[in-house]
Amino acid sequence: MSDKPKFAMYWAASCGGCEIAVLNIHEKILDVDANFDVVFWPVAMDAKYKDVEEMEDGSILLTLFNGSMRNQENEKIAHLLRRKSKILVSFGSCATEGCIPGLANLFPVSEIFDVAYHTASTDNPDNIHPVPSFEVPEGTLTIPIMNPTVKTLAQVVDVDYFMPGCPPESHQIAAVVDLVIQVLQGKAQLPPKGSVIGAGQSTVCDECPRTRNVKLIKAFHRIQEVAPLDPALCILEQGVPCNGPATRSGCMARCPQAGAQCIGCYGPAEGVVDYGARLITAFASIIDAREPAEIESILDGIPDPTGQFYRFNLADSLLRAGRSNWDKDGH
Amino acid sequence: MSEQFEPVIVGFTCNWCSYRAADTAGTARVKYAPNVRLIRLMCSGRLDPTFVMKALAGGADGVLITGCHPGDCHYIDQNYKALRRFLLLRRTFTGLGIEPGRIKLIWASAAEGMRLAHEITQFVEEIRTLGPLNWPKWNEQPIEVEALDEAVKETA
Amino acid sequence: MTQLNRITIDPITRLEGHGKIDIFLDGNGDVANSYFQIPELRGFERFCVGRPVEEMPLLTNRICGVCPEAHHMAAAKAADAVYNVDPPRTAKLLRELLYMGFYATDHTTHFYALGGPDFIMGPDSPVAERNILGVIHKVGLEIGGKVIQMRKYGHTVVEMIGGRKVHPATSIPGGITKILSEEERKQIEEMGRWAIDFALFSLQAFKDIVLANKTYLDLILGDIYTHHTYYMGMVDANNKVNFYDGKVRVVDPDGKEFVKYAPKDYLEHIAEHVEPWTYLKFPYLKKVGWKGFIDGRDSGVYMATPLSRLNASDGMATPKAQEAYEEFYSTLGGKPVHQRLATHWARLIELLYAAEHWVELATDPEITSSNVHRVPTQTPTEGVGIVEAPRGTLTHHYTTDERGLLTKVNLIVGTTNNYAPIQMSTNKAARNLIKGGKATEGLLNMVEMAFRVYDPCFGCATHSLPGQMPLELTIHNQDGEITEVLKQFVD
Repeated sequence: MSDKPKFAMYWAASCGGCEIAVLNIHEKILDVDANFDVVFWPVAMDAKYKDVEEMEDGSILLTLFNGSMRNQENEKIAHLLRRKSKILVSFGSCATEGCIPGLANLFPVSEIFDVAYHTASTDNPDNIHPVPSFEVPEGTLTIPIMNPTVKTLAQVVDVDYFMPGCPPESHQIAAVVDLVIQVLQGKAQLPPKGSVIGAGQSTVCDECPRTRNVKLIKAFHRIQEVAPLDPALCILEQGVPCNGPATRSGCMARCPQAGAQCIGCYGPAEGVVDYGARLITAFASIIDAREPAEIESILDGIPDPTGQFYRFNLADSLLRAGRSNWDKDGH
Repeated sequence: MSEQFEPVIVGFTCNWCSYRAADTAGTARVKYAPNVRLIRLMCSGRLDPTFVMKALAGGADGVLITGCHPGDCHYIDQNYKALRRFLLLRRTFTGLGIEPGRIKLIWASAAEGMRLAHEITQFVEEIRTLGPLNWPKWNEQPIEVEALDEAVKETA
Repeated sequence: MTQLNRITIDPITRLEGHGKIDIFLDGNGDVANSYFQIPELRGFERFCVGRPVEEMPLLTNRICGVCPEAHHMAAAKAADAVYNVDPPRTAKLLRELLYMGFYATDHTTHFYALGGPDFIMGPDSPVAERNILGVIHKVGLEIGGKVIQMRKYGHTVVEMIGGRKVHPATSIPGGITKILSEEERKQIEEMGRWAIDFALFSLQAFKDIVLANKTYLDLILGDIYTHHTYYMGMVDANNKVNFYDGKVRVVDPDGKEFVKYAPKDYLEHIAEHVEPWTYLKFPYLKKVGWKGFIDGRDSGVYMATPLSRLNASDGMATPKAQEAYEEFYSTLGGKPVHQRLATHWARLIELLYAAEHWVELATDPEITSSNVHRVPTQTPTEGVGIVEAPRGTLTHHYTTDERGLLTKVNLIVGTTNNYAPIQMSTNKAARNLIKGGKATEGLLNMVEMAFRVYDPCFGCATHSLPGQMPLELTIHNQDGEITEVLKQFVD
C-alpha cells in the first residue's frame, strides 16, 4: 500500500483543456507520479465515484478541480471532493470564474433547451426535451438537473487556492507542481489560503513586448478589418479591443505575440473587483472624443460590449447574470 | 390598495458642481423626491463603473450620476471620462437586460439647485415607471447549498 | 413494473467528457437492455448568439479542450463562408499545418494511453495494467518517452502557429494573424520528419503486438464489436482522405458511394434525433430516415471515425500512408471494414498521413510568405464550415446579421455523429458478454471498450508511466536535518 500523498483531478462542466494543459507539462508529469498516488482522475484511470465515497474524509492531500457548476451532479461532486480533500484548488477559468460557458447566464436555461433541441438540423416534431427522470420499459433513467445559473466552485464550496487561465499555461502548472513538491519536502511554505497561484499580480500588458504609447483612439476596429496588425505596436493602440489592461498576467501574453488580441482568459488582475467595469474604464479612457455623438459612433466599433467585457468572467462578476436569466417577468 | 413602488436610487455627485447644487436646493428648501441616496465623489471622473454595478446588484433600482458641465470640470476634463464611461456602461447594461433608462448622467453647475431638484424628481418618476429591478442577492442564497450537502451526506 | 437488476457504470473513464452506462438485467441475469447516457449540456448554440462571428474560432475552442484545433478550424472556415472571403493560400497552408501537428498528437495519445491499452493489453486484463504502464511493459520503457516527445512536438506546432498550446488564437475571417519565420519553419519540418518515423514505429508495434497475436486478431474480427452501418468522411477532389478541406462523402454498408455533399448542403443530408433520457442528440442520414438503434442499409445510422474515413475514401494522399491503407484492407478482407476494433489500426494510418502531410506543408515554398490575410469586403450573412475532427466530421453553421453578429448557430460535433453507433456498440457488447448475472470488472471493461474505440473526444498521455521508476525521496525538516528517506525500486 503506497503511502505517497494522494492526488485527484476532476472535471465538472469543463472542456478538458485543463487536463491537456496538465499533460503538457510533459516530462514533469513523472514528478507528479513519483510524488503522489493518483486516486481519482476520470480521464486517465478507472476509479469511479463510489471509490471516492469510500475514501476517508480529508485523505486526498491535493485535488485540482476544474470545470464550473452547471448542473447538480457538478455540485454534488464538488461537495464530495471538498470533504475528501485537504487542499482543494479551483483550477482554470471555469471553476474560478465560470469561463465562456458562463455566458449561458445571459439567458434562461429554458432557452438553452429550446435552441439545442430545435436547431436547423434537429428533427423533433414531438418537441421532446431531455428530462431529469424518464421511465423506460426496464426501469428509470436519470440525468442531472441543470442549475438555473452557472456557478463557480467557490460559490458552492470553500476553496483553498485559485489557479486562473483558460487553460492555465503549462509552464505555470509546472511551477506549481515544483512548489507543491518542495512543500512536501519541507523546503517551502504554502501561500496563504485563498491566494491566487500559478499567475502574476499585474496585467497582461506588463508581459506583452509590444510598444505602448499614449493612446488616442478615433475608432475601434474588428480585427478582420485591419489584419495583419503592426507586430511591434500595442494592439489596443491600433484600435482592436484587447483585454490586456484588466487581465491578470502569467500567460506571457502569448496571443498578442501571435498577432491576436487578448480575450481575457486569465481573469481579473489583482485588486480588480469587477472585470467588466475595469475594462469599461480602460477603453473609455483612450477614446479621443468629447461630443456624445462622436463617442457613440466610436463605440459602435465594439458591437458586443457585454461579450467583450464578460467573456470569461460573467458568472463571477458583480451582477453574475443577464436579467432574462432570472427575471420571471420576462425582462 | 397596493403600496406604490418607491424606487431606491443611488446618486453619485461630484463635489464641486452638482453636490453644491444639491446643497443649494436644500438651503433654498426646494422640495425634491427623497428616493435618491447621495454619495459624494470629488469628481464625476472618479466614478468607477464598479460603483454602479454594486449599487444595482445591491438593490438599487436606478443610478444617477451628476457632474460639472463639459468645460467646467474642476479638474479640467475628467468629466469627459465620466461621459465616455457612462455611454459604454449603458451599452453594456443593455446587453445584460438592464434598461438604458435606469442610469442617467446629468450635468449641473453649483448654481442650478432648482434644476437639479427637478431632474432628480423626474428621474424618480422614470424609474417608478420602469418598475423595481430586484437584482438577486446572489451571495445570500445558502439554502440550496445546504440542501445539497445533506443530499451528499445521505448518499455517501 | 418490476425493477430489473441493474448495473451502472459511472462515470465512464478514459475518454473526454461525462457519460454513464445503465445495464438492465432480466430474470435470468442476461442483458435486457442498456443505455449510454450523456449527462452534460452547456448551451453553446444559445449563448454564442449575439457574439461577433470573428470570435467563434475562440469561443468554440472551449467546446473541447482536447480538440479545440478542430473547432477553431471549422469556425474559421464557417466565418470565411459567412463573409464569402477566400483566405490567401499561405493562410490555408498555415491553418492546415497547425491541424496536422494537432492530429499527430491527438491520435498518438488516444492509441497509447486511452483506447489502446485495452486493445494492446487484452480484453480483460487487470485494472492495474490496463493503461499506458501496461503498454510500456509490452512495448518497452522508451515508448513512454517517445509518446511524450510526440505530444510535445505536436503541441509545439500548434503553439507556433496558433499562439498557444491549448485553444489556438490566430485564425480570423479571411486568414490568419501569424506569419511563420524561416527558423520556425525549419523546426517544424524537423519535428515532422521525426513524427513520420514515430508513426511508422507505431504501426510496426501494432503489427508485432496485436496482429501477430491470434487472440487479439480474433477479437478484432469477431462479431461482438462488429456493426454494418453507413460510413462518413471528408475527401479531397480525388476522393482521398483530407482532414481540413473537401466534400463529405458517405458510403453504404457495402462500400458504395451513397452521397457526396459540399458543406453548404449538409442540411439536406443530416438530421438529428432527440431522446428524453440523454442530453446529446443522435444524427442520422435524412434520406434514409431514423429507424432506431439498428444496423443496415435501411437505417439512417452512420459512423464517422478513422475507420469510417478510410472506408469512405479511395485512398490516402501520401505515399507511406497509402501503403499502410492497402495493407489494412488486404489483411482484413477488403472494403469496407465493419469490425469496429479495427479503428485503432485505422487511427495509426491516419497518424502516418498527418505526419507526412505535416512535412509536405512545412516544405511548401509559400508557407513563410507574409500574405496571410485578405480583408473581407462583402456583407456577412451565413456560412458552413466542415472539417474532420479526429473523432468525426465536425460541422459549424452560422447565420449573422449585417454587422456579423450571430443570430443562429448550429453545431454537429465529431463524437455526436457516433452517438447512435456508440449506444449500439455498448448495447451489443453488454448483451454478448454479460450472461447469467455474471458481470465481472473485466467484462464491464470490455463493455467500456466498445465506446473507447470511437475515441470519444479525449486523449491522455500518461498517468502511471514510471510505475517502476527508481526513486529516492529525502525529506528534510526546517533545520535541514533528514527526517525520512523513502525509496521505491531502489536497493
